[in-house]
Amino acid sequence: MSFILTAVLVLGLTGLVLGLVLYVVSRQFKVEEDPRVGQILELLPAANCGGCGFPGCAAFAEACVKRDSMDGLKCSACKREVMHQIAAITGHDIELGVEKVAVVRCSGSCANRPSVRSYDGAKSCAIANMMNGGETGCFYGCLGCGDCVSVCTFDAIKMDPDTGLPVVDQEKCTACGKCAKACPRNIIELRNRNKMDRRVYVSCVNKDKGPVAKKACDVACIGCGKCIKACAFDAITLENNLAYIDFEKCRLCRKCVDECPQHSILAVNFPPKREEAPADPVQAPVVEQAPVVDEAPVTEQAPVVEQTPDNSVEQQSAE
Amino acid sequence: MAQKLYISTSPHIHCGDTIERNMRWVIWALMPALLASFTVFGVGALIVTVTSVLSCLFFEWFITRFILKRPSTLGDLSATITGLLLAFNLPSNIPLYMIVVGALVAIGIGKLAFGGLGNNPFNPALVGRVFLLISFPAKMTSWPVPAGLATSYIDAQTGATPLNLIGQIAGGNTAAADQLPSLGNLFIGNIGGCIGEVSALMLLVGFIILLCSKVITWHIPVSILTTVAVLTGIMWLINPVLYVNPLYHLCSGGLMLGAIFMATDYVTSPMTFKGMIWYGIGIGFLTVVIRYFGSYPEGMSFAILIMNAVTPLINNWCKPKRFGEAVK
Amino acid sequence: MNTFKIGGVHPEPNKLTADRKIETLALPTQAVFPLSQHIGAPAVPCVQKGDVVKVGTRIAEPGGFMSAAIHSSVSGKVAKIDTVVDASGLRKPAIFIDVEGDEWEPSIDRSDKLVLQTHKTREEIIECIKDAGIVGMGGACFPTHVKLCPPKECQIDTLIINAVECEPFLTADHRLMLECPDQIIIGIKVILKALGIDRAVIGIEANKPDAIELMRSKTAMVSGIEVLPLMMKYPQGGEKQLIEAVTGRQVPPPPALPANVGCVVQNVGTVFAVYEAVMKNKPLIERIVTVTGKSVKNPCNLRVRMGTPVGQLVEYAGGMPEDTGKLISGGPMMGRPLLDETAPVVKGTSGVLMIPEKEAARQAERNCIRCAKCVQACPMGLEPYLLASASKAADWECAEDHWIMSCIECGCCQSTCPSRRPLLDWVRLAKNRVGGIIRARNAKN
Repeated sequence: MSFILTAVLVLGLTGLVLGLVLYVVSRQFKVEEDPRVGQILELLPAANCGGCGFPGCAAFAEACVKRDSMDGLKCSACKREVMHQIAAITGHDIELGVEKVAVVRCSGSCANRPSVRSYDGAKSCAIANMMNGGETGCFYGCLGCGDCVSVCTFDAIKMDPDTGLPVVDQEKCTACGKCAKACPRNIIELRNRNKMDRRVYVSCVNKDKGPVAKKACDVACIGCGKCIKACAFDAITLENNLAYIDFEKCRLCRKCVDECPQHSILAVNFPPKREEAPADPVQAPVVEQAPVVDEAPVTEQAPVVEQTPDNSVEQQSAE
Repeated sequence: MAQKLYISTSPHIHCGDTIERNMRWVIWALMPALLASFTVFGVGALIVTVTSVLSCLFFEWFITRFILKRPSTLGDLSATITGLLLAFNLPSNIPLYMIVVGALVAIGIGKLAFGGLGNNPFNPALVGRVFLLISFPAKMTSWPVPAGLATSYIDAQTGATPLNLIGQIAGGNTAAADQLPSLGNLFIGNIGGCIGEVSALMLLVGFIILLCSKVITWHIPVSILTTVAVLTGIMWLINPVLYVNPLYHLCSGGLMLGAIFMATDYVTSPMTFKGMIWYGIGIGFLTVVIRYFGSYPEGMSFAILIMNAVTPLINNWCKPKRFGEAVK
Repeated sequence: MNTFKIGGVHPEPNKLTADRKIETLALPTQAVFPLSQHIGAPAVPCVQKGDVVKVGTRIAEPGGFMSAAIHSSVSGKVAKIDTVVDASGLRKPAIFIDVEGDEWEPSIDRSDKLVLQTHKTREEIIECIKDAGIVGMGGACFPTHVKLCPPKECQIDTLIINAVECEPFLTADHRLMLECPDQIIIGIKVILKALGIDRAVIGIEANKPDAIELMRSKTAMVSGIEVLPLMMKYPQGGEKQLIEAVTGRQVPPPPALPANVGCVVQNVGTVFAVYEAVMKNKPLIERIVTVTGKSVKNPCNLRVRMGTPVGQLVEYAGGMPEDTGKLISGGPMMGRPLLDETAPVVKGTSGVLMIPEKEAARQAERNCIRCAKCVQACPMGLEPYLLASASKAADWECAEDHWIMSCIECGCCQSTCPSRRPLLDWVRLAKNRVGGIIRARNAKN
């Protein structure tokens, strides 16, 4: 019996002594921290994505507390309300820009852009881009090795096995910009989210002359300039045989979409068009109170969707 | 053109080496030792080896298939080698269920828990062996004495191994010296011990096979054996009565097996020649220390496992000599 | 026998064309001249669409000191200045010339007569080489005149002639030595004069005994030129490895140059081009190309005008074999994959190689088993496994700390890896990134 007692005593005493030591040390070496840092940290997503420019969420939280204003401090992964909460904790005002989302500007799916070689090197877009033009005839489009997928901390971008193109999950995307940075061909761009996540963009970055681009890909922008003429807001520019829609200027009228002979301009998350398009109630209060533009009686929305099957995911998610 | 051209950067050719080729040569190199143990311990040796290999293969398949849900890795033969090496480290009269437990520990904890071949910090076979040694010390340290082909499994006679005797001599029981087998018997393996470790001669044949097939380089085995020989030689010179001739040390116990097959395991050994030599010296030193001053008669397994743990550090310290470094 | 000390591998030599005489390929119908065929700034076109050019007419000026001029190898009319996909796999600007007849610039000496002596001075020789647009013909395409003007503080004592040709399959240099030894010897003398030194060593690997013997007999009466047989080992033709094999000196890591250890290395092909430029006034408009491959019907060594599409060479060699999986410009260890047959022959095209599909396709990548074979094979004493994983993790600092810029991209590591890991792909990426970081840092300071 006595040896059990001894064991219990010895263990108990050891535990007591060690516990005391821990207590004393933790009191002695306690680091005084602004309690607000902890509060902010709790609001942050703790993904440490680095989208804010700081080495992690903790550093960001500290910066929020230390700085005199919230200028330049924006957690790209947080919702707007969260940023307002953080601003409230720090006691500073905050001005939030327009919300953005990553957009993949390439529709060169396997069907639209057949591969003419097989890439056999390390599975990395950066490497593929460094050494050659990839598997297809297009020297600008998506390489399909998924560098954007592997850098995403929010699981918001995935490769679609059918198209070979990355698809952004707009619910999860926080516009931290990592994928855009990782893409060696600058295909991914952060664009305004707009109301209802509606976007109109040129889904192509091919700068080749028309015939060359067309040969490589069925839905490549050929730089014909028809969209520019269609645009009433000067939002579209043409440079190096490539049209670009300025998302600050675009009023989402979608005229260019129908004009594009290559179907390389995509309009996503719009409801299916009806004959009486101008009366569309959701259409009216678009960003910055855009004057509702008379839309041509459109019937060609369907083929656009059809031609770009890789877009169907986004289309569906809107509905 | 018949098909699409491949594009990938240079080099466009490969020497043809594969993981399987290396593993296959290791298996071939282990065969002479298996043959030797069969002639020394009889069918027991074969039963233990087959059980060990089969249970390692089974656990590898089972875990990759049902727990990790990955494609099977049986084809890379690494589980076969783990099974062989585990068996080689067991006495030939060990109960079969212990082997199965050892195989589970070796494959499950030693290898697959870390992510499979290439990621394990410790030699899986040794993890299994040491687990058994600590769990079943009695069974693991009663070695059958050689009895030739006729011996049946389990009921073999057991006796002291040369290493037990060496330990006893060093402990002051100089009378045990009379029981030491002759160096010749020790060399060809006519002694008691674990399955794979008895015949130094056959293990050396395996070493030559590995060298010729360019699976390993000489650095690790030679530095281990040299270190052991030098250290035990010094002890012997100091007091030849208490400490035996270094040749006894070289030929007895798992030293040869460990130096040639276990320490040279690709995954757990250093990457540079310089590192390999330091690693070998470390193993040799620890082996001698454990043999003479530890409570176990055999120190090889522990020495290798300890140096396995040091390998990442060695990789950090010992860099290859860079081209143009001297004149920097 | 001499060789370099660290690492190296022994790929199968496969010199299928070693005893095939050099044949001359017919003129193409259209020749394409990419503007960057060399290391350094791209050349600047000095012709326009519609201009009529002759063989040897200069069509592009060097774009700086570190650059080279480009000459037309055909006569005809400039069709357009557009882009072409060259061996780099990328679109590069190029001059397209439609071939009409074969009219040469009158200044070029087209006779077979050997010219033995020149009265040109050092400066004139270098100017001549620069005007001829000569670059290293071994594949690196370093402008030759730059190499012949080493930094002032470097004392050059040895000219090393690279006749190693350690790449499997290629035999262009080998054949050139057998067929034009006198021109090569004169070329060496010219370069010695340009460098102002009197010692040259011709390094030849032991698998070319006929070339060693011939060069020995030709140089027996010439003082200062020595033939040194070298043990067979890849990558002995690498500049740094060759210097070590010949002189025992190791070139320090970049940015140091061979000149820092008193050596200048020139390829035999370059030496031949120098002879033609200085003695015959002929710019660099043609080169020897080995067209080969295990299943190629008629592997051969061809004298090809620059700008000829690769398809024409392949056609001459009996067409692309059915089983071809990869078309390569250069050798199998360091060559670049061609996207298709339209790529033109450029100054650095030492060979056109067709690899059967089953050898071309890489096997699936497996876990690194830490066998250390890459470390043992690396001729620069690097740790490819570590560099590759640093690159994968985008840890450029770690890569730089582990000497990534020393990598010569010889491919030894990847070709020995039993796990078939694409080590060099990753190392190249890291080298590219670290190079950028270093340049940015230097620009800041």
